[in-house]
Amino acid sequence: MKKALLPRTVLTLAATLWPALAWAHTEEGRAEGFLAGLHHPISGLDHVLAMVSVGLWGAQLGAPAVWLLPVTFPMVMAFGGMLGLMGVPLPGVEVGIALSGILLGLAVLSEWRPPLWSAAVIVGFFAIFHGHAHGTELPAGASGLLYSIGFVMATGTLHAIGIGIGVIHRWAWGRVALRVAGALVASAGAYFLWRAFA
Amino acid sequence: MTRSLLRRALAVAGVLLVLPATSHAHLMTTGLGPFYDGVSHFALTPEDLLPALAIALLAGQRGSRTGRLALFALPGAWLLGGLLGLAFPTISSATALTTVSFLALGGLVAADARLRPEWVTALALVVGLLHGYLNGAAMSQAKLGALGLVGIVSTLFVVVALAAALVVALRAPWARIAVRVAGSWIVAIGLLLLGWSFRAA
Repeated sequence: MKKALLPRTVLTLAATLWPALAWAHTEEGRAEGFLAGLHHPISGLDHVLAMVSVGLWGAQLGAPAVWLLPVTFPMVMAFGGMLGLMGVPLPGVEVGIALSGILLGLAVLSEWRPPLWSAAVIVGFFAIFHGHAHGTELPAGASGLLYSIGFVMATGTLHAIGIGIGVIHRWAWGRVALRVAGALVASAGAYFLWRAFA
Repeated sequence: MTRSLLRRALAVAGVLLVLPATSHAHLMTTGLGPFYDGVSHFALTPEDLLPALAIALLAGQRGSRTGRLALFALPGAWLLGGLLGLAFPTISSATALTTVSFLALGGLVAADARLRPEWVTALALVVGLLHGYLNGAAMSQAKLGALGLVGIVSTLFVVVALAAALVVALRAPWARIAVRVAGSWIVAIGLLLLGWSFRAA
């Protein structure tokens, strides 16, 4: 009689662990969408260099550019992303992204100080290309809102990293280091431009 | 005899465990009752959390008087809208409204718009009524009832109080700029959301 208990116990355990008893909820995919959005801006070196360079350039220019440029870039980039999501074509996206690396790198290298409005226009102009590229590459089925939040947070964090690095501008060696960084970004931009045409 | 019985039981158990089963969907619940379901719903729903946060930031930028007005106007209107939604649950989702909220409120925060306290209060009333109505309609469908709504409004009150007070207390220029940057992020999220809605359509 006692021996017969074992099969019953096995069956009872199996019934308890039966998947039908576990209830799923409708929120699935949301965290995945957030993480995908967080990852997308850092998935390409061309994007990362451009976004960090915006922060570096802003730090070199000082207030109010230090906050105006990083505010301009995500908003205009999101506008470009919106165009990409809507399927609005934009010619020469890869070339535009590569040129952004070259120009922003050269700006950091030369500590270029244009009027504030033209610096914002330059940053905004190139942000459209970056945003459009992201918009057309966004995966279907992800949670749009959570993806967007992760995407914007990652972009802003890259700018903040650039601004944080740019703090070294107050020291002579730091100014030299920033200019070297600008040269490296410009070189990488030239490589991306070559690759875009290859 | 017992061994063969056990073997059969194990076989049946194996079949049961690998059998594909239908998953039953339901709204996220905490298991702690409707009040805490409302609390978790608000805290985990960016569609509601971000506009509320934007109103709090905007009110905080304009000083303590505006902050105090928004602190009571927004949750009050949210509660009223929620009760209307519970009573007349015709619409439970409005992506366009969420997008407009993000763009308009985020833009005002990013611009550090010098609105009069009455205007900020009016905005808080409109946002509260609209988002509260949508919450109420969703609560009605999820059968969480008025207690779930109370959970939402209580959390909203705490969030607005903390965020607005934090911004009012900020003195360092960089800290006030950080608030404007947060506004620009909300605008950027709104723009992307607009693109997503076109893609979905």
